[in-house]
Amino acid sequence: MELTEFIIKAIVIAVIFGLTLLIAMYSTYGERKVAAFIQDRIGPNRAGPFGMLQPLADAGKMFFKEDFIPAQANKWLFIAGPALAMLTALMASAVIPFGHTLRYDGVEVAVQAVEANIGILYIFGVVSLGVYGIMVGGWASNNKFSLLGAIRAASQNISYEIAMGMAIVAILMMTGSLSLREIVDQQHSGNWNIWYQPLGFIIFITCAFAECNRTPFDLPECETELVGGYHTEYSSMKLGFYLFAEYINMFISSAVISALYFGGYNYPGMDWVYTQLTGAFGEVAGHNAATLIGTAVFFGKALFFVFFYMWVRWTLPRFRYDQLMNLGWKGLIPLAILNIIITGTGVLFLEPYFTALLK
Amino acid sequence: MLSDFGTIFLFILAAVALVSMMLGMARLLRPNNPNEEKLSTYESGEEPLGNANVQFNVRFYVVALIFVLFDVELIFLFPWAVVFGNEDLIQQTNGQWGWFALAEMTVFVGILVLGLAYAWAKGYLDWVRPEPKTPHVDSPVPTSLYQQVNEKYKKS
Repeated sequence: MELTEFIIKAIVIAVIFGLTLLIAMYSTYGERKVAAFIQDRIGPNRAGPFGMLQPLADAGKMFFKEDFIPAQANKWLFIAGPALAMLTALMASAVIPFGHTLRYDGVEVAVQAVEANIGILYIFGVVSLGVYGIMVGGWASNNKFSLLGAIRAASQNISYEIAMGMAIVAILMMTGSLSLREIVDQQHSGNWNIWYQPLGFIIFITCAFAECNRTPFDLPECETELVGGYHTEYSSMKLGFYLFAEYINMFISSAVISALYFGGYNYPGMDWVYTQLTGAFGEVAGHNAATLIGTAVFFGKALFFVFFYMWVRWTLPRFRYDQLMNLGWKGLIPLAILNIIITGTGVLFLEPYFTALLK
Repeated sequence: MLSDFGTIFLFILAAVALVSMMLGMARLLRPNNPNEEKLSTYESGEEPLGNANVQFNVRFYVVALIFVLFDVELIFLFPWAVVFGNEDLIQQTNGQWGWFALAEMTVFVGILVLGLAYAWAKGYLDWVRPEPKTPHVDSPVPTSLYQQVNEKYKKS
């Protein structure tokens, strides 16, 4: 039993790693195709049919490029920076519930690496660790552009982290649980949190953009001012890690948005589908089929938000630094506090009222 | 039996293995012939001057200080938010629990909002805005002349 369980866990971890990396790889392809579409170009179309092998070619290039560590740089921290960025990005996917459970031979396995009872707190913590990767890398390069980029990134990430945490607190007040699976299960069929938390959703998605250093908040790597920002001195696989970490973070934050606000693997009419499937294929196979449909729905929602990231990137111009700080501290944080107070009174006053009304 | 955090540890180990494997593979595959120019610090093609210990805006430091205050507040808010709407506790106290928790947290957050308002009023949250300088040229030709020329040749 010990060994079977260990093997199951190992397989689940390998699958989730593979999926995350695959999605991150094809996000780079998607990004270039979306950019091409928006700018009326064709985009990558040489490697393979429709350019589908372009990400593999890029990865191959990353492996074969010469890599040098500047003589003035701090060697170990220079390597630790991108490794840390990649590590924190990979770790965050551990607690995301990708789907309900799969049954096989009397064993019920959740489509999730770890069912931690503090899931959302874990993600919040790991995401805030991500700033170390950028800060360490930028500082160790011993380059003025890198240092300025790293300080900008740190300052931006910590400013938006507060508003992000407060948006999450408003969700927790409604659900009363820190477990992501519990939060998703409470949004059964169409009862999604977005209907109760529209303001919180807007705050959260804005902060998610800022945390991933994506346009319009990509000031840490603002090429008109800072050459390449914190990764000016990086080349080869280490640069690849930074770029890859960004795409993994994009996917993770999209998955978290869909789990927190858009019901995760729940969709309207899921009960009807479930009874139909169990009726047609029997208890076990029907359950598994329903779970797979839910997982597909989850990935659909998450990939939509990945697309949304790209859409915004090619639509909005970059902020100026003082505008960025004003939006974070004077706009989003007061709004987030207001959102907490509104949610509190809503939970205490409106919810009993409506429950009484519905009875 | 693996606990939740045991699995998370397994996950971290797998991530470390993956990252070191990719770095190690790249190290074996790539060419390595450094020279002095390649190893010098990039400074837009100039010879690098000194090292990177440059002065930067002190406001980054102030922002970090304010952040520490608010982050601690956030950590207090997390456990509060979980027990806030707890129906058992509300029923045991005849509905007083929720209002009591909300009022208590309003006082706590209120004090921090006062702090934010203080920092705001003192101008610690204001970033130095770049002020555009309009270039001024001492020219013997008066500006009105250009306007006259423009008027004269304006396409109707």
